[in-house]
Amino acid sequence: MVAADPGPAGDGMSSRGRVLGRVRRALADVRAAEAAADTAMAAGPGTGAGPAAEAEAAPPAGHAGQGDAAQDYAKRDYAVRDYLRVHGSRTAPQRVALLAENLADYRAHVHHAHEAGLPAVIARLLTERGAHRVAVPHGLPGDWLSAVTAERVPDSADLTARELDAVDSVVTGCAVAIAETGTIVLDTGPGQGRRHLTLVPDHHLCVVRVPEQVVDALPQALELLAPQHPLTWISGPSATSDIELNRVEGVHGPRTLDVVLVTVDEPPTG
Amino acid sequence: MTRIPLGMPTPPGAAPAFPAAAARSTQDATLRENLRHATHTIRAKRAAAVAELSDWAELRAAGAAIKDHTLRHLDHYLEQAEAAVTAAGGQVHWAADAAEAQAIVTRLVRDTGEREVVKVKSMATQEIGLNEALAAAGITAYETDLAELIVQLGNDLPSHILVPAIHRNRAEIRDIFREHMARWGRPAPDGLTDEPAELAEAARLHLREKFLSAKVAISGANFLVAETGTLVVVESEGNGRMCLTLPETLISVVGIEKVIPAWRDLEVFLQLLPRSSTAERMNPYTSMWTGTSHGDGPAAFHLVLLDNGRTDALADQVGRQALRCIRCSACLNVCPVYERAGGHAYGSAYPGPIGAILTPQLRGTASALDASLPYASSLCGACYEVCPVAIDIPEILVRLRERVVEGGAVTIRGTRAVIRPAKGHAAERAAMRAARWTFDHPRALRAGQRLVSRTRRLHPRRLAGPGRAWSDTRELPEVPPESFREWWQRTRGPQGTA
Amino acid sequence: MRVALFVTCVNDTLYPRTGQAVVTLLERLGVEVDFPAAQTCCGQPQYNTGYRRETEPLAHRYADTFRGYDHIVVPSGSCAAMVRDNYPRLGARAAAEGRGRGLADAAASVVPRTYELTEFLVDVLGVTDVGAYYPHTVTYHPTCHGLRLLRLGDRPLTLLRKVRGLRLLELEGAEECCGFGGTFAVKNAAVSAAMGTDKARAITATGADAVCTVDNSCQLHIGGTLARQGSAVRPVHLAEILASTEGTEGKAL
Repeated sequence: MVAADPGPAGDGMSSRGRVLGRVRRALADVRAAEAAADTAMAAGPGTGAGPAAEAEAAPPAGHAGQGDAAQDYAKRDYAVRDYLRVHGSRTAPQRVALLAENLADYRAHVHHAHEAGLPAVIARLLTERGAHRVAVPHGLPGDWLSAVTAERVPDSADLTARELDAVDSVVTGCAVAIAETGTIVLDTGPGQGRRHLTLVPDHHLCVVRVPEQVVDALPQALELLAPQHPLTWISGPSATSDIELNRVEGVHGPRTLDVVLVTVDEPPTG
Repeated sequence: MTRIPLGMPTPPGAAPAFPAAAARSTQDATLRENLRHATHTIRAKRAAAVAELSDWAELRAAGAAIKDHTLRHLDHYLEQAEAAVTAAGGQVHWAADAAEAQAIVTRLVRDTGEREVVKVKSMATQEIGLNEALAAAGITAYETDLAELIVQLGNDLPSHILVPAIHRNRAEIRDIFREHMARWGRPAPDGLTDEPAELAEAARLHLREKFLSAKVAISGANFLVAETGTLVVVESEGNGRMCLTLPETLISVVGIEKVIPAWRDLEVFLQLLPRSSTAERMNPYTSMWTGTSHGDGPAAFHLVLLDNGRTDALADQVGRQALRCIRCSACLNVCPVYERAGGHAYGSAYPGPIGAILTPQLRGTASALDASLPYASSLCGACYEVCPVAIDIPEILVRLRERVVEGGAVTIRGTRAVIRPAKGHAAERAAMRAARWTFDHPRALRAGQRLVSRTRRLHPRRLAGPGRAWSDTRELPEVPPESFREWWQRTRGPQGTA
Repeated sequence: MRVALFVTCVNDTLYPRTGQAVVTLLERLGVEVDFPAAQTCCGQPQYNTGYRRETEPLAHRYADTFRGYDHIVVPSGSCAAMVRDNYPRLGARAAAEGRGRGLADAAASVVPRTYELTEFLVDVLGVTDVGAYYPHTVTYHPTCHGLRLLRLGDRPLTLLRKVRGLRLLELEGAEECCGFGGTFAVKNAAVSAAMGTDKARAITATGADAVCTVDNSCQLHIGGTLARQGSAVRPVHLAEILASTEGTEGKAL
């Protein structure tokens, strides 16, 4: 719902109306230039669209109302997008290698595993960490924790942040990983858990299936993600640049980020 | 020090004009060294991070174009964003000015019955003086960003957009933590040193209890996607994630210029912002949320759309490009004036070059401080060069100087008005007019040059009065025995002379 | 080839040697130089201080004075940038205010014909070795408007590297503003002086005999600060170095 914030006593206008009214008055020159361009367009081709057309093409003649005009504008692309979708071209192994390199550059610990060996790697990392209690999201593949001896704390609706604060580690998968920036994105899908699960414990172990979950660049990742779900983009462990503009790892989020890049074993041939 | 938020009427005479405040900063050796060290550290890093992308110029142009397009259709995109946020379970509120925004947030917090809130660093809430307004209503706001924490504990003012405590070095931060943490909650650990990692650990421990018990959080947002109603917060420490995820109620105060049309547009801004801001390929954490999600994060989400002078800036055909700003602070980090004046001299939440063009547009140029801000620049253009959305800051500075000395048509709180030239420029205006007259009469110019040359032996080495501003630190140039035009006439004869 | 020299008001009044050097240099390169005496000031001080209306007559004057010349050579980065960057803005604003397109047209006519000296040498004449001799150590400070508005790039350095006898020394923080900034130097004198002091220290630290720029207005500030610091480094305009030859090099320093 749209909350009704009453305007100052007596003027009868809502703040919403006041702000939108100010916006429209402030843009009077833009609308006037568009109208001029419109007229020029309507006069026929070759008349030139005038200065307003510099920024964007004029809307089709005969549109009704400002809102419609803006929508017409929005339908075509309003920016020249001649930037690169990907910086360079890579084979799948190169893409995975770049992800590993960039993750490590921002102080994530990167590990490699084959599917069959994944449970052992996870168990080893949790043991090395000294984790006694491990948070487990819904939908985490059943065998991932098969070798883990620590107590499992399953995510549930009544699991509080305070309870999570007494958990040592969390193991999750991810939605997508971006090689060029060393970024892992969680979208709360199966095996990733609600957002606080990967936030409150001090150790996050994240499994990325490579190469299929890895894209080269940020634009590709956005295409794969649905904004309806809360998204958390993670590039290395928590950090700050607040002291003398020097980067220091480890403030409020997990101070240790382990990333396991797991490859699917070759199916047996013959 | 007195905090003067943008939303509050500036008490006359309370804030010194920029030149006086900046002059004091130049005498503070510690401040100068802290700022020099920090800004030079980040400059080289930013340049390297940007150089990694061969298409930076194209990204920058696209960023500017997307923002310009949005601003040209701002009413449409605001309504679209409102509808999308509402459809996703959020509540949208509109605030025409700081007082309205303060009132809305205060009421929303009161409705929860809570007396404490946690805050993510937000320029918009600083701009409107929200913490002070909440305090007046008996609500304590805890800043959770490390630098904001340093500022809050030290009863200080922020001096940088990204790193509000940039004016503090590690030893000063340690002292602030030791002295003041206990008053706000968990005290600093015994034997705290000035190692940045230890200081960060101390902040972690101090704030953890606040995060775990907070029921209400207040944030800003870096972007608001109109198409989907998605809000985006870009951060490093994880305090943002804590505030956006753990409490039951989330209130986000967002300037109306933060809206972008489409989900896809994030592909431009999420490349431009981290590299310009912290010089990283990607910042550690970016949170995106759309309304509320069942069982995950706050059950109640309020979006407060803030005008507070933005539409006044939008009405200025030259100045409106300042609303493209994505608050990266790259312009501060390269600015030689900011480096020496420090952020406090700008007397606003927005220091540095962007502050010099934003504050006088949001607040007007009526006070001595605000009228002096457009002059807080040598027009060297370093800010424009690094701006990821290509805001031509020098162009706007000159435009605002014109507003100060010539007056003219402006928009103040949504109303068109014609303002008079600012006071205190009468002598300068007369001098400029006289100079223009002379320059429009070459014979007069020549006569003047002759006079200067013939009396050159009599010129003092140091000037009195206003001229001291020059000669206190600089020798005066030696005046030549003849001007160029005299020489030309003498050696090249009468041809071509006036 | 015949060109017009726009010497600029600062050079005309305070640094006639720079104008003389431009004439010497261009004539040595076979270029005929005119000095239309109706020229005065580009209007930069007025414009950059906010006096847009006071600037307009000077922009008109510039356009009138240099009508008919294909090349207007300016030994100042900031004055050339004033014409190229700001005259079109002045024209557009006047037109938007309903005061006709006269100024906009005047601006459009002079923008493509206005060249900063090193642009004219490198881009129009196509020379980088101008036959100069200058047996001194020199450090180069790229002034802001030449660097960022005109995008002079390495043109000045390319020219300097071809000067016989000259040893070029790198300046730390070269691209940082010297702190002049026109009226900024007096309106924000403390910050301007702090910037100037840092710049002068960096210049002195190079150990060079001279600091070279393409802008004498910045030199006014840099040189004045160096002198006050008691530095031995002398400010010199690039044109004076390029004009120097075996017989004349003593004069320029």
